[in-house]
Amino acid sequence: MAQDDHSGAELAAADSSHAAQEFAGSTGTAVVPYDAFENPGFEPHRPRVTDQDPGREKRAQRTVYTLFYLSILGSVWAVAAYMLFPMESNNVDAVRLNNMFIGFGATLALLGIGFGAVHWGKSLMTSAESIDTRHPISTSEATQRGAVEVFRQADEESGFSRRTVIRNSLIGALLVFPLPAVVLFRGFAPQDELPAELLSHTMWKKGTRLALDPSGVAIKASDVTIGSAFHVIPEGLTELEHGKLEEKAKAAVLLMRLEPGELNQLPERESWSYEGIVAYSKICTHVGCPVALYEQHTHHLLCPCHQSQFDVANHCEVIFGPAKRPLPQLPIAVDDEGYLIAQSDFTEPVGPSFWERN
Amino acid sequence: MSTASTRSPAPVKRSFTAEASEYLNDRTGLAVAIKGLGRKAFPDHWSFLLGEVALFSFVVILVSGTFLTFFFQASMAEVHYDGSYVPLKGVEMSVAMASTLDISFDIRGGLFVRQMHHWAALLFIAAIGLHMLRVFFTGAFRKPREINWVFGFTLFVLALAEGFTGYSLPDDLLSGNGLRIIDGLVKGIPLIGTWTSFLLFGGEFPGNVIVGRLYTLHILLLPALLVLLIAIHVGYVFIHKHTQFAGPGREPTNSVGPPILPIYAAKAGGFMFIIWGVISLIAALFTINPIWNYGPYDPSPVSAGTQPDWYIGFADGALRLIPPGWEFVWLDRTWSFNILVPLVVIGIFLLLVVAYPFIEAWIKGDTREHHIADRPRNAATRTAIGAAGVTFYAGLWAAASSDILATHFSLTMEGVIHALQAATVLGPFIAYFITKRVCIALQKKDREIVLHGYESGRIVKLPGGEFIEVHQPLDEYDRWRLVSHESYQPLMLRPNARGKITVGQRVRASLSRWFFEDRIAPVTRGELEASHTSHH
Amino acid sequence: MTRTKRRTGRRHPLAAAALLALGLVFTGGAYAALSTGTAQAEVDPNSQQTIEQGKKLFQANCATCHGLDAQGTNIGPTLIGVGAASVDFQVGTGRMPMQMQGPQAQQKPVQFTDDQVKQLAYFIASLGPGPEIPDDHLASGGGDAANGAELFRINCAMCHNVAGAGGALTEGKFAPSLANTSGVHIYEAMVTGPQNMPVFNDLNISPEDKRDVITYLKYVQDNRSPGGFELGSLGPVAEGLFIWIFGLGAIVAITVWITAKSN
Repeated sequence: MAQDDHSGAELAAADSSHAAQEFAGSTGTAVVPYDAFENPGFEPHRPRVTDQDPGREKRAQRTVYTLFYLSILGSVWAVAAYMLFPMESNNVDAVRLNNMFIGFGATLALLGIGFGAVHWGKSLMTSAESIDTRHPISTSEATQRGAVEVFRQADEESGFSRRTVIRNSLIGALLVFPLPAVVLFRGFAPQDELPAELLSHTMWKKGTRLALDPSGVAIKASDVTIGSAFHVIPEGLTELEHGKLEEKAKAAVLLMRLEPGELNQLPERESWSYEGIVAYSKICTHVGCPVALYEQHTHHLLCPCHQSQFDVANHCEVIFGPAKRPLPQLPIAVDDEGYLIAQSDFTEPVGPSFWERN
Repeated sequence: MSTASTRSPAPVKRSFTAEASEYLNDRTGLAVAIKGLGRKAFPDHWSFLLGEVALFSFVVILVSGTFLTFFFQASMAEVHYDGSYVPLKGVEMSVAMASTLDISFDIRGGLFVRQMHHWAALLFIAAIGLHMLRVFFTGAFRKPREINWVFGFTLFVLALAEGFTGYSLPDDLLSGNGLRIIDGLVKGIPLIGTWTSFLLFGGEFPGNVIVGRLYTLHILLLPALLVLLIAIHVGYVFIHKHTQFAGPGREPTNSVGPPILPIYAAKAGGFMFIIWGVISLIAALFTINPIWNYGPYDPSPVSAGTQPDWYIGFADGALRLIPPGWEFVWLDRTWSFNILVPLVVIGIFLLLVVAYPFIEAWIKGDTREHHIADRPRNAATRTAIGAAGVTFYAGLWAAASSDILATHFSLTMEGVIHALQAATVLGPFIAYFITKRVCIALQKKDREIVLHGYESGRIVKLPGGEFIEVHQPLDEYDRWRLVSHESYQPLMLRPNARGKITVGQRVRASLSRWFFEDRIAPVTRGELEASHTSHH
Repeated sequence: MTRTKRRTGRRHPLAAAALLALGLVFTGGAYAALSTGTAQAEVDPNSQQTIEQGKKLFQANCATCHGLDAQGTNIGPTLIGVGAASVDFQVGTGRMPMQMQGPQAQQKPVQFTDDQVKQLAYFIASLGPGPEIPDDHLASGGGDAANGAELFRINCAMCHNVAGAGGALTEGKFAPSLANTSGVHIYEAMVTGPQNMPVFNDLNISPEDKRDVITYLKYVQDNRSPGGFELGSLGPVAEGLFIWIFGLGAIVAITVWITAKSN
């Protein structure tokens, strides 16, 4: 191993024999051996074939201008393609050709210039390297002192350090003045609504019929055969004038029918299902993706976003993935005409957890 | 002026360029800059061009994005689509979605520009990532470039923000579910989460303002910041001059390479067109973000394989890797650790990335300027830390495509997640250990080569019957590349001026030991001479 | 060192471009899609001869698992009442006879002729009423693609992906790609709910709506993406991998060429 010429203490004096004087700084724990190799200086310059062989030089020249001419051709082609390949209504293929041929023209135009210029630089321009001297980033001490002096003088003339009351009151004012601007951001959401309140209720209420998504046609219990999965919205959602998506984002439900024997229901929820038909919120309790990948034999429900899995046979408890809470169940019943209805709203907030939820 | 007086007696025929440049210079003083910068050397190495890839893709993004703004309408008002794409005819969607479809199907070349914009964005961030890795592994963040590392990091974060806001603008099913996830994520933040989401979306999710708000960020605020920071970032490259790898004639006090005018200008200028051409070729041939497949956003449907663009993948993956049950009700409030833990872990990871130059500088106590780039092997611990970081990131990133990994490699989704959980936690340690050992082995090999030369492959039989392989000694230029670096040794604990050993010093000493305990120093002249005498 | 130098120097200036072009052509070729159609066989569903033929085929090929009278055993479910549609789907797509027990039956080359598939189907249909093989006018498209697309997004896309590219389910199961599936088989899958797929009966998605869904899928099958190659329609993951491996890969190759010393 190398021999060290100093102890490595962090305050070791700058070693000026190694680097140039002007780059001095603490070497820290760097080891600077006393008999390190010295830079041998530049290697002799090697000429390229294009410097020596006029034939090769000619060829390189030809390649470069050919590439530039190809570029012109590409640009012209792109303009021609714009006219030759119009987008036609109801014709996806026309769009594809328009995209592709304009693109080919542009590509040729750009790559022609690019490869031509690089090839020119590499094979024909003089290949000597240039050498710059680096100067330390830090300015000279005199300049630094000058800058400090400017500040000192400004401080003295203004009395910034002396007049503490003025200074502190200014700092206080500066701290407070953005507050009105911050408060304006309250206007980003409606003034008269409480988020936690809104998140706790959905469109479902006692007697709302379960309807098909997206048609809004009400569903009869007899329609739901074993192994079926129906994507459900509350009846009346499609007629909403405002807030349709906001309501749907909370009220979307998946309706499934299992063999009644396969359902393992919580005692207090035995009346929430109807002959093996159960309805669960479709909104994941993790971060809110629609959980709708229903497997009719395993009764697993999978969220395609973060792979949380819920077991429909066991009141939708989480069996895998980052979600914690089971999907909320919508209590359902059947009305006089045989249609499926909600017994009430969900008994807990649906969707992702939020701070005020308890 | 003097030029005018010399010219007036006998008008000499002068070229147009000469006239034009004089005209400009008389009004701008531009000659100072040309004279000062024109022959500056720009060190040559392929990895030094990665930042330029990012810069040039950004130009594409800026130009193509400006074109798109003339057609895109950031409104969430409902319309019935009436454009050229049959499977969406008559479907209710937002104006934002409909105008994006019109750009794709009813404006000639519109789809081409849209695809260029999106592909260039993916390339932009990928190039930034690779450029950051290059800077990290060559130690190009050392003094005086630490602050420029921070600017670069900020650019990376801004680029992510640009990417995500842009991804969300078409208001299609994929991006809408992406926003749904952001909404769920924000709601999981204690105390302020619910209200933050409410303010962000202008009421309940999805609301009808989010696209407009993201659009303002996407085309106004974020690009302005990006352009400003890019100017500063590139300006500092000029002030600092580029780093260079060790080589004969290259000193910390010089900068060697082709001059900016003409070679570098030709190469970098040509490279700019090549990057544009590559993006154009990809846009001409490959579909990106086919919103016509996804359809308009609706909170009820979702597509299998719902993923964010690649650069947000690591965050999405972090969410997927959390095991079940990390959520509690405490003090009558919900604590969503399944969301908090990923957020905090990613926050710490990013913080370590941005703070790394300062940590390393503090451990070393080295206050000199460094302009010679390290070979990664010569900074074994840093390289190993980098490898650990890359592994950690890759684990999270892979997790974001767990479902696609499962289907394409016929694995179970649960198995993929469990394997990636293990890989993300243990992988970095394994990567650290292996990388460090490999670096040290490579350093030892370099020493061997300097001391004994290359193995020439020529076997010679000695008079005594013994076979030896002839070793070819290095010339001084090749040797210099292998011996010009410095090594560091662990810091020794010393009492300070008041005779105390502070906690800070203890931490620093143990970190320093961790960094530099396994130290391989470069060969010195004395060692080379000693090896020669001992050999024969 | 000199050796390696010379090697980099000899690289042809257009090598990087050629490499890029080669890579692009190669990926492009990999995504070329094929589509197949199914021929309609003329087998009389009600003739005793058909049912006898089907029974023979059943006893020779299926009875081991499903029992001699299709009543089911502990390794195969009962087939009484599953209907002709179910048999036509399972056997007609090669899923049955099953090769081995696994998370789900895999698609294989079909083992019977079209006539034999129909004979098997009508034999099973004769055991108990169940979903029938759909009429041609329902299964060959020609409906409203926009309505079909919307229904597909709501009812099917979460498993099969919006472009029908397929997706992962739990414990190694998956929803298959629909890129090459015939209209008849799509229809049969909806009415019978094969494997773990839920059943979509006619009161959930009406026969006309099912036709619209098929119309949409046919549209996706028949029209190439306007943007160019679809990269498997897998979404951002495929796009990200593409830009890293081919986009950035090609660009890094070009940077090496640009900075290599010319000889």
